[in-house]
Amino acid sequence: MALLNIKNLTVKFATATGSFTAVDGIDVHVDRGEVLAIVGESGSGKSVSMLAVMGLLPDTATITADEMTYDGRDISDLSATERRHLIGREITMIFQEPVASLNPSFTVGFQIEEVLRLNLGLSRHEARTRALDLFRAVGIPDPETKIDAYPHQMSGGQCQRVMIAIAIASNPRLLIADEPTTALDVTIQKQILDLLMKLQEDFGMALILITHDMGVVAETADRVVVQYQGKKMEEADVLSLFEAPQSPYTRALLSALPEHATGDRLPTVSDFFSQEVAR
Amino acid sequence: MTATSLAPVVEGRGIVQDYAVPGSLFARAGKVRALNGIDFAVDKGKTLAIVGESGSGKSTLARIIALIDAPSGGELRIDDHPVDIARKRPGPALRSKVQMVFQNPYGSLNPRQKIGNVLMEPLVINTDMPASERRDRAEAMIKKVGLQPEHFNRYPHMFSGGQRQRIAIARALMLNPSLLVLDEPVSALDLSVQAQVLNLLADLQDEFDLTYVFVSHDLSVVRYIADEVMVISKGEAVEQGSREALFADPQHPYTRALFAATPVTDVAAIRARVERRKAARAG
Repeated sequence: MALLNIKNLTVKFATATGSFTAVDGIDVHVDRGEVLAIVGESGSGKSVSMLAVMGLLPDTATITADEMTYDGRDISDLSATERRHLIGREITMIFQEPVASLNPSFTVGFQIEEVLRLNLGLSRHEARTRALDLFRAVGIPDPETKIDAYPHQMSGGQCQRVMIAIAIASNPRLLIADEPTTALDVTIQKQILDLLMKLQEDFGMALILITHDMGVVAETADRVVVQYQGKKMEEADVLSLFEAPQSPYTRALLSALPEHATGDRLPTVSDFFSQEVAR
Repeated sequence: MTATSLAPVVEGRGIVQDYAVPGSLFARAGKVRALNGIDFAVDKGKTLAIVGESGSGKSTLARIIALIDAPSGGELRIDDHPVDIARKRPGPALRSKVQMVFQNPYGSLNPRQKIGNVLMEPLVINTDMPASERRDRAEAMIKKVGLQPEHFNRYPHMFSGGQRQRIAIARALMLNPSLLVLDEPVSALDLSVQAQVLNLLADLQDEFDLTYVFVSHDLSVVRYIADEVMVISKGEAVEQGSREALFADPQHPYTRALFAATPVTDVAAIRARVERRKAARAG
């Protein structure tokens, strides 16, 4: 049975120039322990659909869905208290900018202990011990010293590890990672992806990975959803997607990868669409 | 061909850069060596890619080549003439030769300046061209980089990331430079927009016979655009060579580590990963 099941999700934003549809009838489901990648360019609505699930959209957004269930429970109409019990414990999220996601005025130790005390009801002492365990689990070197560091004293990769430690603190069953490695170098990206995959396997978490990078998809996903301008273009398991992409948009995205360049020019998505139309 | 046209457009001999670290109550003042004796040369119309991770010194080197910072040691030669900006400030002629495009197109454009003024400003500062001609040049350049004439009077916030990077490239080209230093110009862009900007750079290089110094951490981009590649780690050039040689047979362990970290998108590798995972789950 699906852990998270969303049918026909539509998100509209009220803007000065009228209503704008960011997500247009998307179905998403993810099973226990599965890695789902949602791929698309900026503006494709890939983050918005997950923010809608988390209840993190501003009041200008109108969210409608035929079905929105987590573990068989309807989550479309939760009260604020009920939502807090779910979000941050069962479902957690990490974001693109690790340095911006942490509060610069508090030590990273304080920020992770706050989560442990508020969400799991641990005492200060227990929280400190558990925080150190989590720092070791996500591979932060010298955790006893780093726990008292401020975010600006750590590198981007280390801040992202702290964010991951906070996100897995309550043993969530679903982790949503929104472009977790986009701000990082390739070598650090590799380490963070390996870490996410290891944690995902060790804890049997489901993982939804939002990305625009086909390389990241190839290295992590079980199943892939390709989104373009708020609509789902294609859904397939990772192997079939790369072997035989069905939608012209997916083919365009794959051919825009620099390593797939055949001649002097890189094919772009717009080139591809004009070709498809000409055919 | 004369002897001067054979000389490299830009050449560095033993470039060293030290940054002073101020002392504090607990630490003595010291210095950090960001670059340690870098040699390089780029011929006209060619692209040198500088590859490394953050903190490796690749942007420090880019800033030295772009005549923004003076190196603490070594010699920088442009068109076979030694250049020392610490001793003598570069004049308009030298500034026109070397231009730079930065990584973040959101931070490198003044939000209060219209695009037309962004493009005309280098001409105001470095030439005594009349206003009407400046305007004509700017309008021509807007078209050249694939934007529309009506964009002339718009502000940066009205453009997407890819369009802003086109504007930044246009600004760098206004003075007809021979050398363009590009510091991670496509890292902040989406995949398909990245492809468009890389295509634009390739077209402009052909048209104006431009020389590029291209800083990147993305090997797939480097493979597409570079002629020569230099790999920097901790301020040292650990490997240097033609693109073909480097990609066919990387020698240095650090270069190999970079290759190993670059995601692979070929079907065989994905199949192997999917099967490993299946086996791990079953077992």
